[in-house]
Amino acid sequence: MQNLKTSRRTFIKSAGFISIGFTMFGSSCIQRSDATESEKISNNAVDASRVDAWLQILENGKVKILTGKMELGQGVKTAIMQVAAEELNTDLSLIEIHVAETGITPNEGYTAGSRSIETSAMSVRKAAAYTREKLIALASKELEVEQNALTLKDATISGGHKQISLFELLKGKQLTEKVGEPKTIFAKTERKVVGKPIPRKDIADIVQAKLHFIHDLRFEEMVHARIIRPTTYTSKLVSVDENLVKKEEGFKKLIKVGSFLGVIAEEEFQAIKMAKTIKENAQWENPDTLPANTPLKELIQFLPADTETDTASGDWESSIQQAKVQHKASYFKPYIMHAANGPSCAIALFKEGKLHIWTHSQGVYPLRSTLSSLLEMSEDNIHIQGVPGSGCYGHNAADDVAAEAAILAMHYPDKHVRLQWMREEENSWEPFGTAMLMQLEAGLDENGRIQGWKYDLWSDGHSTRPGRNTENLLPARYMDKGYKRPASGFRGGATRNAEPYYEITNMQLQSHIFTGPLRRSALRGLGAYANIFAIECFIDELAEKANIEPVDFRTMHLKDARALYCLQKLKTNTRNVKTAENEGLGFAFSRYKNSASYCGVAAHVFVDRKNGAVKVKKMWAVIDSGETINPDGLKNQTEGGMIQSASWALKEAVKFDENHITSIDWASYPIFRYNDAPETEVEVIDRVDQPPLGAGEAAQGPATAAIVNAINKATGIRIRELPVNQVLLKQS
Amino acid sequence: MKEAIKLKVNGLEQTIDTTPDTPLLYVLRNNLALNGPKFGCGLGQCGACMVLFNGKSVPSCQIPASAAANAEIVTLEGLADEAGQLHPVQQSFIDEQAAQCGYCTNGMIIASVSLLEENANPTDEEIRNKLQTNICRCGVHSRVIRAIKKAASL
Repeated sequence: MQNLKTSRRTFIKSAGFISIGFTMFGSSCIQRSDATESEKISNNAVDASRVDAWLQILENGKVKILTGKMELGQGVKTAIMQVAAEELNTDLSLIEIHVAETGITPNEGYTAGSRSIETSAMSVRKAAAYTREKLIALASKELEVEQNALTLKDATISGGHKQISLFELLKGKQLTEKVGEPKTIFAKTERKVVGKPIPRKDIADIVQAKLHFIHDLRFEEMVHARIIRPTTYTSKLVSVDENLVKKEEGFKKLIKVGSFLGVIAEEEFQAIKMAKTIKENAQWENPDTLPANTPLKELIQFLPADTETDTASGDWESSIQQAKVQHKASYFKPYIMHAANGPSCAIALFKEGKLHIWTHSQGVYPLRSTLSSLLEMSEDNIHIQGVPGSGCYGHNAADDVAAEAAILAMHYPDKHVRLQWMREEENSWEPFGTAMLMQLEAGLDENGRIQGWKYDLWSDGHSTRPGRNTENLLPARYMDKGYKRPASGFRGGATRNAEPYYEITNMQLQSHIFTGPLRRSALRGLGAYANIFAIECFIDELAEKANIEPVDFRTMHLKDARALYCLQKLKTNTRNVKTAENEGLGFAFSRYKNSASYCGVAAHVFVDRKNGAVKVKKMWAVIDSGETINPDGLKNQTEGGMIQSASWALKEAVKFDENHITSIDWASYPIFRYNDAPETEVEVIDRVDQPPLGAGEAAQGPATAAIVNAINKATGIRIRELPVNQVLLKQS
Repeated sequence: MKEAIKLKVNGLEQTIDTTPDTPLLYVLRNNLALNGPKFGCGLGQCGACMVLFNGKSVPSCQIPASAAANAEIVTLEGLADEAGQLHPVQQSFIDEQAAQCGYCTNGMIIASVSLLEENANPTDEEIRNKLQTNICRCGVHSRVIRAIKKAASL
């Protein structure tokens, strides 16, 4: 047996831009780059119209793909590599991928809205197919062999008894020209790699504890920081006593910028203890309280709102009035949180006037521009590298923690400063998915057809990502620089899927956008989640009024053949389900954003009428995302989406008192655990001839609506507020 | 005050210089540079930091370093055999692609290894009960159950 003494860390130093780790247990955690730090900052804007922005040929015989998107656990790296492998007819083992990094990858904004396949993967596809055709033409001249006798395979072109590697052919250069239109897309003709369930290599890394997460980056002499949070969103720091911790072992620095307060220590647990001591003694002035005593559903309806009529067609009013059957209902969804399993984390280094940040932000470029304004330094001096974090499903505290680490690093230069939020901070300071209220009214004719439709929606703006506003970064408001609490966010997020996909002639849709009491930003699906919940439950209510089966009622009002096929498949896949007493089978459908994936969901629930507990036994989804890149990735996203949505529907609501959030851990903010999670079954409809469509958020809305509809089938009780209130389902 | 604490981690005896109240999680992650155990809540509610502690899966955030002396500690890094052959549970997680972001994966594998040690052929219900502590936000529960059943059959 070995007996090793490690008083602290053992480090291996590599030349130039370092980073480090050690390999005592055979698992490497070395993070290294051979470039020097100054070289590492390449602030030449990456020209996304050029081939080499997306694809580079490496000396080691491999091809490097660059994407501005981030891996969030959605498998985007694998999907993009598959697309490149297909067009280059090159084995996946010869493809590398580099994700979001300023100055290195194209600026693709945010990894959001289920858009990465539609945008980044398609840019890589075009660049790869163009490269194949261009390099075969070049090789034809070089090798003096006719083009049609040449084949590109595994990063080598061969034919006519000759061959040349792509690297040799380009003589170490890259294709810097604009990406031209390729003649052939192999994904449409050959389809050897695309459409296959290629396993994610990063899952193998994670399972073996190899370096993958930002949380595991370690640097020489890295120090650890924690933030001391105020009492309320708008608190001002009155006093803090540094002497409380100054003499503690490992203390490095207490950093105070206005009311922004952080402590740096040599070791992580030291920083945690110091932050706790300081928090217990710091004095804050708390000018405002949260409206904790007004029911949220009432509150949000009566806050000042910016009202817009988003859709108006036909005469909805008289169509409803003159209809045979009129029906009204309103639905409510509370604030819910991203609640990543791993609290947000960032590392920052300020050295020689340059700021380096490692972050799990979904948008390294927008973060850079916002930090540039917050920190009053040129973008040219800020370098941001994306490293995967814990699953976020939208805009959580990733950008906030990066900004905080950056502020701390600028006050403690020359050392890597690692900051990770604690569980309580993650739960109570992240920007939540906003509360929403949806009011619906419709009229049916004697055949059960919808004649008129009115929809009113109350919501906060949905995205307060950086890039829109410096105030969106949490520390901004505490720095005494005049930044305030940000105004309402992205209005368009609220009305996502507010317009039904059904054929309705006479319709009015109005949105009332308020600025709510809590921080809020983009959460998986944005407004689509609550809009689809409301519409798909209301559709079931109308079907019942019309005495028509819910799925048939939907198909009566749909024209799109793909939507109809999706529902038909869902019906077929669930036709043998038997529901016992107090059980129900519910359905829902939507086309995400009314332009992306088609997704139908069915849920089989059991309601225990003694206590009102809902058990989701099984959920089915049928999803049509056009051309499928990786069917297993699509299934994984859809299964996970349904389970997360079921958790939102049955368990989740952010609670707060007059000071702040009280849902501070997994006991006070319960989510689905193993005993809650349903069995899942997903069928993918692969349409090779169609463009690929965003899919990662498609299941959220229909999954909740299917559960609520199933509860109605099981009990006859119509639930209109989330999370489902068990008390209403109890049989006295 | 720091003191020297002897630990046995993944078969190696180590002497760590740390304050006795430092949770084992930070010692493993920061003193020993192990990536497996993750900080999730620090409250023993989520399972992200699980290690095998004398063969049982426990949250390492709840064990002070001083209480870990003389225990047999195995982390995710220590599951593969000396030849690098992965533990059947690790292999099944790969085969079933039973992860999305993967932050919870450490705890789920550790809990599953502990389960299969106690019960070579668990039912769905026994799997669910054992993993009830392990939070997963991505919703990979149904895949993980499949992976554990597969590992049990190997």
